[in-house]
Amino acid sequence: MELVKPEFGLIFWMCISFGIILLILKKFAWKPILNMLHEREASIQNALDAAEKAKEEMKALQSNNEKILADARNERDQLLKDAREIREKMISEAKGIATKEGERLLTIARENIQNEKMAAITELKNQVATLSIEIAEKILKSELSSDEKQKTLVNTLLKDVNLN
Amino acid sequence: MANKINIFKHFLLLFVLLFTSLSVLAYEPQEKDYKSEATPAENHDKHEQKSDKFNAGELIIGHITDAHDWHIAGEGEHSISLPLPVILYSSQRGLSIFLSNKFEHGHKTYNGYKLEKNHIVAVDEMEQVDAHHSTVNEEVTNGLWDISITKNVLAMFVSFGLMLWMFITAAKMYKRNPGQAPKGMQGLLEPLIIFVRDDIAKSAIGEKRYHKYMPFLLTVFFFIWINNLLGLIPIIPGGANVTGNIAIGMVLAAVVFIITVVTANKHYWQHIFAMPGVPIGVLVLLTPIEIFGMFLKPFVLMIRLFANMLAGHIIALSFFSLIFIFAEMNTGLGWGVGVFSVAFTIFMGMLELLVCFLQAYVFTLLAAMYFGSAIDEGHDKHNPHDDHDHDRNF
Repeated sequence: MELVKPEFGLIFWMCISFGIILLILKKFAWKPILNMLHEREASIQNALDAAEKAKEEMKALQSNNEKILADARNERDQLLKDAREIREKMISEAKGIATKEGERLLTIARENIQNEKMAAITELKNQVATLSIEIAEKILKSELSSDEKQKTLVNTLLKDVNLN
Repeated sequence: MANKINIFKHFLLLFVLLFTSLSVLAYEPQEKDYKSEATPAENHDKHEQKSDKFNAGELIIGHITDAHDWHIAGEGEHSISLPLPVILYSSQRGLSIFLSNKFEHGHKTYNGYKLEKNHIVAVDEMEQVDAHHSTVNEEVTNGLWDISITKNVLAMFVSFGLMLWMFITAAKMYKRNPGQAPKGMQGLLEPLIIFVRDDIAKSAIGEKRYHKYMPFLLTVFFFIWINNLLGLIPIIPGGANVTGNIAIGMVLAAVVFIITVVTANKHYWQHIFAMPGVPIGVLVLLTPIEIFGMFLKPFVLMIRLFANMLAGHIIALSFFSLIFIFAEMNTGLGWGVGVFSVAFTIFMGMLELLVCFLQAYVFTLLAAMYFGSAIDEGHDKHNPHDDHDHDRNF
């Protein structure tokens, strides 16, 4: 029975000392400890958040880098392609010009040839005419060299003439 | 594995044999015959003779109840104990303060008081006389306020001193290096403080409102735990049965009750006096039960702590008493039982270490739940993820 009968003295001291210790610990221990714990947890959380953010940024940076690299590569390809096009264009242009020039030269040459030919033909015609006259002169001279021959000729000619 | 079972079997067999054979030894012829017509002086002698015989019940009760002196070593008249201050107040005789060794273990009166079965009673004789020949003054005894610094009070002060030192040291370390990893005392206490905060307060009361209960919950948790652990230490300043004393449990439970009632909101009172959605006929039955339950909850807290810690002390003491009970029959037997008693006490000690923590945890958790139920706003219909709808079934 003694065990389950609370004693006044103990209750008295317990109430007083528990009350005092509760107040002292609340002020000098629990408040600072809990505040510090909270602060530390907050700072850890912040650090974690910052790390996460940095990671994200890193990732963004990396993808950015990749993008830049890809752009550079594309640009290079483009430049190469352009260069090739330009080269081909230049070649084909040069070819065109050369062809035209050649044609032009050919035409000129042909015209010259034609002209020369015409001149040669003309000269040849003149030469032939001259020769023909000289020949005719010589023939005439020979034909008319004797009286007999002149008479024969006149006869021949007169034979053909019809006196109608 | 089979070998282990074999050893265990042998052990069990030996143990069973030991206990069954004892009943034979128990029928030792009693040497002392009691005289029916003993004079008071002879009666006193007989009392002395009787106390030679080992009395386990007396020993256990002596250890688990409060005392006006702190027993250190030895037995009876030759024991060494720390005298503690006796503080008495009665309206007739006023305040009287003296050390408990003035009573000479209850054999002498002092200042008109004597020690009878651990309790101080007033006697008529004001000068120091033999306590066994004094006459008790009922009138003064009934109006006597005993606020002596008893063994439990001193043990409690020791634990409070320890707590102040531990937590103020830890708090200083927190202030000295804020935001750093915990070290030393800080590292020892921090997991426990976080445990109380996260697993007890936050889960039982809720994230939003647990703050104001934290000082009480932490104090009560560490008070119970430290006193439980001190109670396991057999030498001074440990070994006092502070938490296994009903007065301590009563004060703690009363504080829990007061905090619950003071902080309770409209919702709590409505649930006690007029449970919503319950017909009047049932309310007539339910309301008295709810009101009874309001007092019953802290009462159960008190009983649980008291009974658990008391039982731990009784078990340890019983095992040791066994040694002396058997040693009185036969010295060898005493040694034999001693081996088992020590083994079992070690086992029980391990269990007690767990119980010490568990009781502190259970008391704090239940207190937190009562606080939580007192400030519960009820279930918000718009918010299916209520703060603590999962812990309402406790």
